[in-house]
Amino acid sequence: MVSFKKPDLDSFQERIHIATLFVTFCFLLLITRLVWLQLVSHSKYSLLAESNRIALVPAPANRGLLIDRNGIVIGRNYSALTLDVNAEEVKGNIDQLINDLSEIIDISPRDRRNFKRSLEDSRNMGTFPLRSMLNETETARFMANRFRFPGVEIRARSFREYPYNELASHLIGYIGRVSQRDKERMLSEIEGAKSDDPDALQASFLPGIQYVGKIGLEQSYENVLRGVPGYDQVEITAGGKPVRTLSSSPSTPGKNIVLSVDIKLQYLVEQLYGNFRGAFVAIEPETGDVLAFVSKPNFNPNDFVEGIDSVTWKELNDSPQKPLYNRPLKGIYPPGSTYKPFMALAALENKKRTPSQTISDPGYFDFGNHTFRDDKKGGHGIVDMQKSIIESCDTYYYMLARDMGVNMMHDFMKPLGFGQITGIDLQGEAKGVLPSTEWKKNTFKKPEQQKWYEGETISLGIGQGYNAFTILQLAHAMANVANNGVVMKPHLVKAIEDPFTRNRVLTTPKESYRIDLNADNIEVIKKAMIEVNNSGTSAAAFKGTGYQVGGKTGTAQVFSLNSKDYKHGATAEFLRDHALYIAFAPAEKPTIVIAMVVENAGFGAQYAAPIARKALDFYIEGKWPKEIPEWKRAP
Amino acid sequence: MEKSPLKKIKGFFFGIFAGLDRTLGLILLGLAAVGFLTFLSASQNTPVQIADELRNLALSFVVMWIVSRIPPKWLEMGAVWIYGIGVALLIAVAAFGLIKKGARRWLNIGVVIQPSEVMKIAMPLMLAWYFQKREGIQKSWDYGVAAIILAIPVFLIARQPDLGTALLVSAAGLYVIILAGLPWKWILPFVGLGAVGIILIIIFGGTICAHDVVWPFVHDYQKHRVCTLLDPTSDPLGKGFHTIQSMIAIGSGGFFGKGWFQGTQAHLEFIPEKHTDFVFAVFSEEFGLLGNLILLALFFALIKRGLAISASAPNLFTRLLGASVTLIFFTYAFVNIGMVSGVLPVVGVPLPFISYGGTALVTLGFGAGILMSIHRHRRLVQS
Repeated sequence: MVSFKKPDLDSFQERIHIATLFVTFCFLLLITRLVWLQLVSHSKYSLLAESNRIALVPAPANRGLLIDRNGIVIGRNYSALTLDVNAEEVKGNIDQLINDLSEIIDISPRDRRNFKRSLEDSRNMGTFPLRSMLNETETARFMANRFRFPGVEIRARSFREYPYNELASHLIGYIGRVSQRDKERMLSEIEGAKSDDPDALQASFLPGIQYVGKIGLEQSYENVLRGVPGYDQVEITAGGKPVRTLSSSPSTPGKNIVLSVDIKLQYLVEQLYGNFRGAFVAIEPETGDVLAFVSKPNFNPNDFVEGIDSVTWKELNDSPQKPLYNRPLKGIYPPGSTYKPFMALAALENKKRTPSQTISDPGYFDFGNHTFRDDKKGGHGIVDMQKSIIESCDTYYYMLARDMGVNMMHDFMKPLGFGQITGIDLQGEAKGVLPSTEWKKNTFKKPEQQKWYEGETISLGIGQGYNAFTILQLAHAMANVANNGVVMKPHLVKAIEDPFTRNRVLTTPKESYRIDLNADNIEVIKKAMIEVNNSGTSAAAFKGTGYQVGGKTGTAQVFSLNSKDYKHGATAEFLRDHALYIAFAPAEKPTIVIAMVVENAGFGAQYAAPIARKALDFYIEGKWPKEIPEWKRAP
Repeated sequence: MEKSPLKKIKGFFFGIFAGLDRTLGLILLGLAAVGFLTFLSASQNTPVQIADELRNLALSFVVMWIVSRIPPKWLEMGAVWIYGIGVALLIAVAAFGLIKKGARRWLNIGVVIQPSEVMKIAMPLMLAWYFQKREGIQKSWDYGVAAIILAIPVFLIARQPDLGTALLVSAAGLYVIILAGLPWKWILPFVGLGAVGIILIIIFGGTICAHDVVWPFVHDYQKHRVCTLLDPTSDPLGKGFHTIQSMIAIGSGGFFGKGWFQGTQAHLEFIPEKHTDFVFAVFSEEFGLLGNLILLALFFALIKRGLAISASAPNLFTRLLGASVTLIFFTYAFVNIGMVSGVLPVVGVPLPFISYGGTALVTLGFGAGILMSIHRHRRLVQS
């Protein structure tokens, strides 16, 4: 056989040895690598493997109900079948998908717009409803075609519903889908709270929070209403397919809020306003409960829940009626003559007048080069304090204002709440203007504008000039006087209710502070205001009441509410005077005070007082006016 | 005297296994067992595939047995033919091969075959034959001839393109050339250059892959590919996804592993190609570092045994062939585990006897058969 030279075999075996060494070295490298992965970095990779396989599926919490003071539910949830589209799972064009779907299920252009809007808002992440409230036929038709639509499924969803539609829309507000901005805000809130709150982590489970209150009580009580979303821990495959549920953390439903508002009264007032614009606030003086909080015209909050469509939005937004404007909260008006009782009280408290001191009113008041006219030609003659209120004598208050000066007026009105944030439980309250020399200095830029001119003081006395208050402030001030100087913070929510036990926790704040007012002085004012309704400006409106009412009419010249935006053609109407009215009743021990404005209506006595009369008749005596449709409880 | 039936069966049994290397056989059975266990877990609920795998394993052992019966002399005689046919098939592929997934690798001759697979055995056969021919009269230029023999099919395979196979075929050839006595002064400069290159990449990997660094003479996508290897997390959803997920599988296995059928990465489909090229990740997740050490020990034993058989082989041809085939086993195992554990680039290389796949198993069985044959005929020669 073949023989081979020794050196060859030696050199071969030497190379085999080297090869063995090389192989050993390489295997040691691999072992090092495996030790690194499986021992040193084991915990890191275990965590990665866990987070790979486990997905948290949100279980949104049921939102709390909104209940009026008599137990009528005005904000609730209902469950309906929805066609949901998961944008991430959809292969290909979303538009094409919707086109295909619309062959078997009716999808309106509005549905499509809303869906695309949600999609854009959320940057194409997550599942969104395309069509809600599917009926049985539609559901069956979709299930039969389901295989054609990966990423689309039918789910039961909870929807927010405001059963009375427009009613009380400005105070209820509405909820909407969480936007990117909401998310960022919530994230920063959570980061602030996380350190010491063990529940924060679950509360921070943002995917479970799909809706938030955008305005109104839905917004200001968001944290109470929302509850805590739960989640299921689901094992998923790499493709995102669920395999099994590992654990569940149930959601905690939100708490109900019980409003201090009497929704029937609210309804009645909204009806009484008819096509007029305006604001109406009723407060229970002893508690600060807001009984009615009307802003007319209003809007349907149901339109906003799933994203408002652009046509409706444009309509609401462009309307010269400004239906989205929360008038009692944000609209500022000169109080006009409704300011007079407060002025009279200021005079008594500051000892600038006694009730019986009189002036002689020639029908005008000259100050410097300017003549301030009274409404009544020829004047009211000899006028004491009571007559000045009953007949609404301007001259009396021109003189009073001059005698008091702007700062004395300011200092008296401020604790009553004029030109101040009342602190009501809604966001975006306007402050208004309660002028003072200080205020003017801070408000204007040029030195000649910063100076207070004596002439500017005069018209303040009749609630004109720089005076600009919200109707809420006016009602609040009225309540403070009716409550003999005890200031209760106005609030729309009375209590928070546990959805299971129905236990209620009162949220009603205690008195904010007390204004030191002389009871006799208050009595003088109240008496005069009662007389206004007996024999004065609004006597006609209050003829034959079974209870005593104190009131005061006002007619204010228009200057605010964004008048510059008004359409040219509508200018005349929008320049008419505002009709105002304030009242308290029953006079002996008021359970309700009212402040209201009917925009561009004309005289307060003619347009505002009759509304107040009917509202009071209902609230105090339960009388329902014939011309207004009966209140019907929502099904 | 008439033999009893039992003795007949016993005789037949020992007859068919006679001359097979028992050590090598046991190691291969061990690997096949590990492979089958892992396969069951990797592809649960697919009985058809399980039957397939069993058939492939059986086929592999049958091929091994048949080849072990072939005298090495026959292989030596057939080497040039096999190589020649292999190259001819590769040319045929280049001319009218089938295109799948953008590569022209297959030839339809009634059945679809992949000629580059043939080259994995044909290459060491041919080169071993050549050096056997030149034994004793070997000159420097013989290495040049060997290089040409190596280069032709490697070029054809690389063009298909199939870089993985081209690399393995060149490795098989290079092993023969180096073991045949390629002078160290020619080898060392390349080894040194390679080492320096690897060290440089390890040190500067981070900086050269920064976004604003422009590589000269290189397309952006080529830079991207290299950088993804250096840091798979730079492209977590693209090319890096497989590597990251298999690293998670391995790492989360820990020392003892999650247990057979308990791997979440494998069972929730996070591991790509989980019963073929990435099967090691499944094994590693379920059997942990302990299982890996056993598996590596089996591979190491396989290589040790293969090299020992080669070292005591009767002539240069069998020695070179045996050692080359053994080192090919090593290369498969090293490259596969290296790629799955994220230290080598992802190239399609199976884990010997563990990965599912008929062609690879048959090729490997063929290689094991060669080793068995060399072992068996050593004794015949000596006697």
